[in-house]
Amino acid sequence: MQVNRRQFFKLSAASLGGSTLTALGFSPKEALAEVRTFKLTRTTETRNTCPYCSVACGIILYGLGDRAKNALSEIIHIEGDPDHPVSRGSLCPKGAGLLDFVHSKTRITFPEYRAPGSKAWTRVTWEWALDRIAKLMKADRDQQFITQNDKGQTVNRWTSVGFLAASASSNEAGYITHKVLRSFGLVTLDNQARV
Amino acid sequence: MTNTWMDIKNANVILVMGGNAAEAHPVGFKWVVEAKAHNKAKLIVVDPRFNRTASVADVYAPIRAGTDIAFLNGVIRYLLEKDAIQHEYVKAYTNASFIVRDDFKFEDGLFSGYDEKTRTYDKSTWQYEINEMGYANVDETLQSPNCVLNLLKTHVDRYTVEVVSDITGTPKDVYLQICEMIASTATPTRTLTSLYALGWTQHSIGAQNIRTLAIIQLLLGNIGMPGGGVNALRGHSNIQGLTDLGLLSDQLPGYMNLAQDGEATRNAYLEKRTPKPLRPAQINYWYNYSKFHTSLLKAWYGKAATAENDFCFDWLPKVDQVYDGLRAFDRMDQGLMTGYVCQGFNPLASFPNKAKISSALSKLKFLVVMDPLTTETSEFWQNHGEFNEVKPEDIQTEVFRLPTTCFAEEEGSLVNSSRWLQWHWKGAEPPGECRTDIDIMSELFVKIRQLYQQEGGAFAEPILHLHWPYRVPEAPGPDEIAKEFNGYALADIPDPKEPGKLLAKKGQQLSSFAQLQDDGSTASGTWIFCGSWTEAGNQMARRDTSDPTGLGIAPNWAWAWPLNRRILYNRASCDPAGKPWDENRKLIEWDGSKWSGLDVPDFKADAAPESGIMPFIMTNEGVARLFALDKMAEGPFPEHYEPFETPLGTNPLHPNIISNPAARVFDGDKAMLGEHKEYPYVATTYRLTEHFHFWTKHSVINASLQPEQFVEIGETLAKELGIANGERVKVSSKRGHIISVAMVTKRIKALTVAGQTVHQVGIPIHWGFTGATKKGYIANTLTPFLGDANTQTPEFKAFLVKVEKV
Repeated sequence: MQVNRRQFFKLSAASLGGSTLTALGFSPKEALAEVRTFKLTRTTETRNTCPYCSVACGIILYGLGDRAKNALSEIIHIEGDPDHPVSRGSLCPKGAGLLDFVHSKTRITFPEYRAPGSKAWTRVTWEWALDRIAKLMKADRDQQFITQNDKGQTVNRWTSVGFLAASASSNEAGYITHKVLRSFGLVTLDNQARV
Repeated sequence: MTNTWMDIKNANVILVMGGNAAEAHPVGFKWVVEAKAHNKAKLIVVDPRFNRTASVADVYAPIRAGTDIAFLNGVIRYLLEKDAIQHEYVKAYTNASFIVRDDFKFEDGLFSGYDEKTRTYDKSTWQYEINEMGYANVDETLQSPNCVLNLLKTHVDRYTVEVVSDITGTPKDVYLQICEMIASTATPTRTLTSLYALGWTQHSIGAQNIRTLAIIQLLLGNIGMPGGGVNALRGHSNIQGLTDLGLLSDQLPGYMNLAQDGEATRNAYLEKRTPKPLRPAQINYWYNYSKFHTSLLKAWYGKAATAENDFCFDWLPKVDQVYDGLRAFDRMDQGLMTGYVCQGFNPLASFPNKAKISSALSKLKFLVVMDPLTTETSEFWQNHGEFNEVKPEDIQTEVFRLPTTCFAEEEGSLVNSSRWLQWHWKGAEPPGECRTDIDIMSELFVKIRQLYQQEGGAFAEPILHLHWPYRVPEAPGPDEIAKEFNGYALADIPDPKEPGKLLAKKGQQLSSFAQLQDDGSTASGTWIFCGSWTEAGNQMARRDTSDPTGLGIAPNWAWAWPLNRRILYNRASCDPAGKPWDENRKLIEWDGSKWSGLDVPDFKADAAPESGIMPFIMTNEGVARLFALDKMAEGPFPEHYEPFETPLGTNPLHPNIISNPAARVFDGDKAMLGEHKEYPYVATTYRLTEHFHFWTKHSVINASLQPEQFVEIGETLAKELGIANGERVKVSSKRGHIISVAMVTKRIKALTVAGQTVHQVGIPIHWGFTGATKKGYIANTLTPFLGDANTQTPEFKAFLVKVEKV
């Protein structure tokens, strides 16, 4: 804004008038007209990458809370990371909707179980679910594990339980998944590379 | 990608075929726009639909879905006929001059060695002539009729412009224009880049589509060059990483694989995978296989793996066949599977022939779904009316649904299409009781290990002794796992070049896979990721954007495998004497004593040009293969085979061999293939700008942008069938039907193929019966249950349907 000397005096007078009125307690209008605080100024920024396609655009997550132990964080905004050398701050219509994926109404938030023949889900605990899955897997592995093929060659494989691996989870998740599954001898394994 | 997203800007001609980058990879596509704006690049788009990539193309050619090899073989013929090839490159860096055995044949659509009963080839004739020294014979004059270049010439001779146009439906004039544009990059100072995605892979001849383009790029001298390469635009954010980590039936991390039945000892296994050089002086990098394999076994089995017990070689399973996804569901449908776990994967929607998938899942004893979202697969047993007509009471499968975190609630690395491992950080706690995949897999493992400790059971050793050194066994840290796949020294590693010096001290993180040993003194879970987390810290978290060459390299942003190399085969960007083919595209060069430059040389750093070592160090002949030897299932040269559901009912080139003779079709699925008389139109599935697979329909804003399922029909066909834009239609294949709104467009034109009119129908895939959109039919209700002969990727891009007004 360019301000000449005369305008400067005018502005000063106006603000002086404003503050005098405020001092006298006549200021409801000015208070209401105050500019709303920029909502991202009090957020914590976290660098991340878009989980959809393999361009892997850089994104910034804006979360409420300052990572203090008792402050619950919540992502309130996501936008492109201008520093990212490929995406340079851009997001496509898929990535621009990421906040709604994080807060999707159809996210699952607790373990569920559907019994044989049942028409409905039952809420269960992690402990119960993982115990039961572990027992089902072990029972089948003990019964179906193939130590030798029909030629008498050692093969040590388990074919009757299979696994489809995630293709948007991290390398660390993928690596530990692979390590665990091969220790079982599992060979019915695939990922999303094809579809 | 051999190259990178940013490197697209260096191209002179860009071919988008088998993909639709503007809609499926919009931000990556900005680099195409950059190339057009600042490098005067020309964009060619070849696609059944005039899509949004085509809308900004310099030339667009329509094509009948599934005929890309005919199109590209014709391009090869054109290049050879016009002599538009980079001679010096082809002669020095490819196997053009190699002599092939004289009993190698191609007749009537079949290569030598075919066995009709097993639908496989005996590939013994698909080999070079080997001399008494054990090396391949070459004819540097390129005169021998049996040298690769001349065999290739003969092979593509049938693909004249007329034949190509007749098979593909592409008009001759636009086809010739494209051939000419591609040929313009045969000079060393111009490059073509190719961007493809599922439009090439999802065919029964998918892998050969890509090989055909690779042959073109080699003839033009565009591999290893900035602005060149063969660039797969991968789909999911970490499908490159999952592939690198080997999460496939017969694979191990870093493109190693499991032993086959009968490979009884580790020595026998290693010998098969440690090839001998086929030409003098070649590096033949897989020579180091035993170092990578031993280091993997040390990472997995720790102290239990010793030289005396073959490093626990027998603890890894052996395979008699590949148990890929299609085979898994076929076996499931036969009642041969007990349980199945879907980790972030929605097979009911994303595998072919939904009816078969549903029937197969119903035969399981248990199904476990780990996902952040309510997938269709997790609710396959629920009745959703016309969209999922099942009776829950008849389905005896137990189903577990385990909630996982999403990207914003976890940290770790993902590999993008450019092979960059980029670290991301956690922004918030997950909602409710969601857990990370790492924690779920680890706790499940710890529970199963506990059961084996308490009760014993079948072959418990690998479970009981799996190396599990993590701070919290039920929740290993991403940092701990990343350090493990990078690798570390288990003893002091002496430097063989300088006695008394060490490459690494005991306990240190390794910085290169060149440090790996096969005596058990190093551990590395994924050798190609070695260097990603070194003593200097997490290289994947680096954020330096500087690009000193201006070529779009950014060498200190994140970390690229292998060894932070950004452009693969970059030795081939220099001539045999070590000088860049093009000074404006200088990545590396021979400086008189070593290879130096701003990318990491894809070569032995101190090997002088006179050493005779050739640039393609991962092959045992040191050069790239125009002739693929025995590496492909259906032949060493690409050949046009019709999709399994062909609108012609024949193959114009060889009527007796219509479709890929080596592709696997399960018995039960043969009967589920439709004939063109009943199902006359070619259908192809595709993706929209606003949606990502079956995820974004759970996101309110994306669901609002594209709320309702539709199919895309050309104006001529719509008129023929009396369908107006917006009316509802039923699209049926032999497998089932979907009902949706018809979008009548000018974007899909009828083609003239083999003298007849062929109509094509576009089927976007994004709908299902869960999420925030209107419910829709699963598009894969329609698709056939068969796949590519090499990769088993389903043929989603070319099948037959009929269309009726509802």
